[in-house]
Amino acid sequence: MTSVQVTIAATGKVLNVPTGLFINNEFVSSVDSQDKIECIDPATENAICSVTAGSATDIDLAVRAARNAFKTSWGKNVTGFERSRLLNKLADLMERDAQDLAELESLNNGKPVKIARDFDIGDSVACLRYYAGFADKIVGQTIEIDNKTKVAFTKHDPIGVCGQIIPWNYPIQMWAWKVAPALACGCTIVMKPSEFTPLTALKLSELIVEAGFPPGVVNTIPSLGSVGGAALSAHLDVDKIAFTGSTVTGRKILEAAAKSNLKKVSLELGGKSPQLVFESADLEEASKWAALGILYNTGQDCTAGSRVYVQDTVYDAFLEKLVEKAKALTISHAFDEKSGGGPVVSKVQYDKIWSYIDSGKQEGAKCILGGVKRSGKGYYVDPTSVRLLLIYALTAYAMTVFTEIRPDMKIVKDEIFGPVLSVGRFATEDEGIELANNTSYGLGAGLHSNDASQCMRVSQALEAGTVWVNQYNLLYNNVPFGGKKQSGIGRELGSHALDEYTSVKAIHWNYGEKLDWPL
Amino acid sequence: MPETFTYTFDTPIYKGKTSFSTGLYIDGKWVDGSKKTTIDVINPTNGKIITKISQATSEDVDLAVVAAQKAFDTVWGLNTPGTKRGALLNKLGDLMQEHFDELAALEALDNGKTFGWAQDVDVTDSIATIKYYAGWADKIQGKTIETTQHKLTYTRHEPIGVVGQIIPWNFPLMMMAWKLGPALATGNCIVLKPSEFTPLTAIRMSELIHQAGFPPGVVNILAGYGGTAGAAIAEHPHIDKVAFTGSTLVGRKIMEASARTNLKNVTLELGGKSPNIIFDDADIDQAVKFTSHGIFWNHGQACCAGSRIFVHAKVYDEFLVKFTEKAKSLKIGDPFGIGTYQGPQVSQIQFDRIMGYIDSGKEQGATVHLGGERHGEEGYFIKPTIFTDVKPDMKIVQEEIFGPVGVVIKFDNDEDVLRQANDTMYGLAAAVFSKNIDRALQVAHKLKAGTAWVNCINQLHPQVPFGGFKQSGIGRELGEYALENYTAVKAVHVNFSLNVE
Repeated sequence: MTSVQVTIAATGKVLNVPTGLFINNEFVSSVDSQDKIECIDPATENAICSVTAGSATDIDLAVRAARNAFKTSWGKNVTGFERSRLLNKLADLMERDAQDLAELESLNNGKPVKIARDFDIGDSVACLRYYAGFADKIVGQTIEIDNKTKVAFTKHDPIGVCGQIIPWNYPIQMWAWKVAPALACGCTIVMKPSEFTPLTALKLSELIVEAGFPPGVVNTIPSLGSVGGAALSAHLDVDKIAFTGSTVTGRKILEAAAKSNLKKVSLELGGKSPQLVFESADLEEASKWAALGILYNTGQDCTAGSRVYVQDTVYDAFLEKLVEKAKALTISHAFDEKSGGGPVVSKVQYDKIWSYIDSGKQEGAKCILGGVKRSGKGYYVDPTSVRLLLIYALTAYAMTVFTEIRPDMKIVKDEIFGPVLSVGRFATEDEGIELANNTSYGLGAGLHSNDASQCMRVSQALEAGTVWVNQYNLLYNNVPFGGKKQSGIGRELGSHALDEYTSVKAIHWNYGEKLDWPL
Repeated sequence: MPETFTYTFDTPIYKGKTSFSTGLYIDGKWVDGSKKTTIDVINPTNGKIITKISQATSEDVDLAVVAAQKAFDTVWGLNTPGTKRGALLNKLGDLMQEHFDELAALEALDNGKTFGWAQDVDVTDSIATIKYYAGWADKIQGKTIETTQHKLTYTRHEPIGVVGQIIPWNFPLMMMAWKLGPALATGNCIVLKPSEFTPLTAIRMSELIHQAGFPPGVVNILAGYGGTAGAAIAEHPHIDKVAFTGSTLVGRKIMEASARTNLKNVTLELGGKSPNIIFDDADIDQAVKFTSHGIFWNHGQACCAGSRIFVHAKVYDEFLVKFTEKAKSLKIGDPFGIGTYQGPQVSQIQFDRIMGYIDSGKEQGATVHLGGERHGEEGYFIKPTIFTDVKPDMKIVQEEIFGPVGVVIKFDNDEDVLRQANDTMYGLAAAVFSKNIDRALQVAHKLKAGTAWVNCINQLHPQVPFGGFKQSGIGRELGEYALENYTAVKAVHVNFSLNVE
């Protein structure tokens, strides 16, 4: 009823995609709104389908469903063992459907199918399994007070109903990062996927049912941020909100939480992450990691290494290698196994990135690569080769590189969220560190050096939640991730994510003290 | 070539078939023992031979250790990341689930416990334990520790290497799961000796382990006698850790062997004479049910059996009447019979031992309140037995009987019962029944036992540690605690900037 048939043009495969709101394990219409969200294929600008746009009232219904489930079939009413079993089952189902999910993800987000399947979904399946393993290991402490009369202990209770708002850059993976620890701890969820990329979240909701989660444990409401996201942030019966997205929106959410019921808030926000290349670095390797840092996911990554500072003595050599690496990356159609990236996700993002490129030129930075728009639109295939002109693919080359930057330039300060790299230089280690830390953000940082003592000093000095040494961008489900400064509050992944979804209760149990009264 | 054992179950409550190699499982292959000798596996229901299996001697242990070490150095240990180790353990759990009834039936055939209990407890808990440790495999973490600004100091929790595991006959499959889970999760390679009395489920498991995809040499299963294969493991110079569950007597030998040879790390789960204290404000009906479970579950063949039953004078008569009635209601018979609660004891040796204790009880002047004799003509069945009018110095009060024999002791003083309860060289478990939680907790906290049950008994969970105080053991199994048994902590100090003169 509330679903459409979506055809994958390249293969002719037809996928059934639910388009309703997912509440209590059913797909339903909005109770009071006719609004729809149109989903666009960024490679062709064509509409894929429309989904129901949830209203504030729909959010309220979803919260009620989640609250009811928390009180009856989930929360403290389900054992860790059972939560583990269901999460493992969900992982198995996601693995089973990996190809279909990857194609849908690619269609809606633009990333290559191979990358969606092997990286995004592969990591997401592993994430679900990692937290499945934690579900029956949520422990508190017993604490010595007075052995004769008292026992004190803590319980790590599930927080309750959690609103989760996820972005469009890694729709499936961000879904897994949020859903897995929340369910492992016993929380129930109202998930608001991005209005740009809601389709895989809706498809995954079908797997929630198939895995056997009770109704109301996971609810999915596609909605505009200003409607559904705002409603969740302000809702009086939501115990916690977890958000990944821009710093601007993060502020609004924190404000709404403060003004409503002081719900717990965790935020994964933006970044302007620096990479430092020191003279002892393996320049060949460093140039690859630097390229990866700004090109992965077409630069649409909160940890994108969007500033690279190179030590004077190796500046020219490094830059030459970097440009070479940029030119080597193929941007191609989604089913090309050799494609290293796709278009950016939407017209809005496209325009925003171009305005930054223009501002860079205007403020006097030197554009040494890219910076020229592709012409044309549509998806073009000729008999001898596949030639793709992507509407939102920015330039003939995978990235745009600016040099001769100054710290006050917009391209150096603001998060661009596209494949635009600012390259600067430094003389001393201290100068490099200062340039790197000169930002209101603090999400990621990288350093490349073969001097172990330097690696130690610099990694200690960089103000970021994740520091990569002789590497960049790679994350693991068991290592925590999150921002310092204005890049966020809280940590995801690893055992730390459990802290975000549990609430510590201390129980003081008197079994022998009689109170002297009056005092 | 080892023979294949094939058996068809045709019983009122289970019909099915099992078929597997009876060889030793070494380096991914099923082989004869080096001496080509075999062990007869006896059906305790009728004393008849079920099958022969290959016997491992010290030469086989040597071969297994070589295979295990090679696997550790090449494909296991930290060469396989935790996520992969966890995936294999999960796969093993899934395979056990697929063969659930077959495993339960095999366990009942070999050990004598009922098919129903094997299903509800043994196989269920074994799968849960394997899956629990699958979840730990990628979460073995050390710490980074602040020392000075010149240094990075951290710990690594590394797998030990080749570990020996010797398991008993009372819960063959479950004891195997308790050992395999943490050892494999942390990356160790294993030489495991199941009991010569009950090797069948362990040998069946070797095929599931192989099917799950554990590389050859990671798990080696060698059925053999304690005095030969067991001793060979305890003394082996290239086994770096031995974990043993069994009698305190044998536990000492293993520890001595370690001291004499390579000081291998030793953890022991030994015997018990666990007290079960029923206060006058207990829920008597519940206490009766739990007490029965405490001593008669698994035919009394549980290390944590609540075998000394202390009952407050005020409720003694009521309790004894109800407890006796409950004990009488337990149906003894064929493990595959409808409604059977209790099957035979595991072997002739155990049967004789338990009957010997019953005789000693009679000789030393205790009253046989119920049972106290064999059941039937065939097999090793002993009737649920209750002794009263006992004195603290009687053998049946002091020594572990490991059979369906409980001693009931009257008391009227809280302090004194606590003293009596703790007056034992053992310290595995204890139970307290009282609706006054203050009283229950005060007593529970003072009982010298590794597990204290309040208003329940004999309940175990994979997440909760289990092990003994005093001569009941060293170390803890289950829970996160078990991981310590199988990891070696290495501290790494990396100096970055301190230069010395």
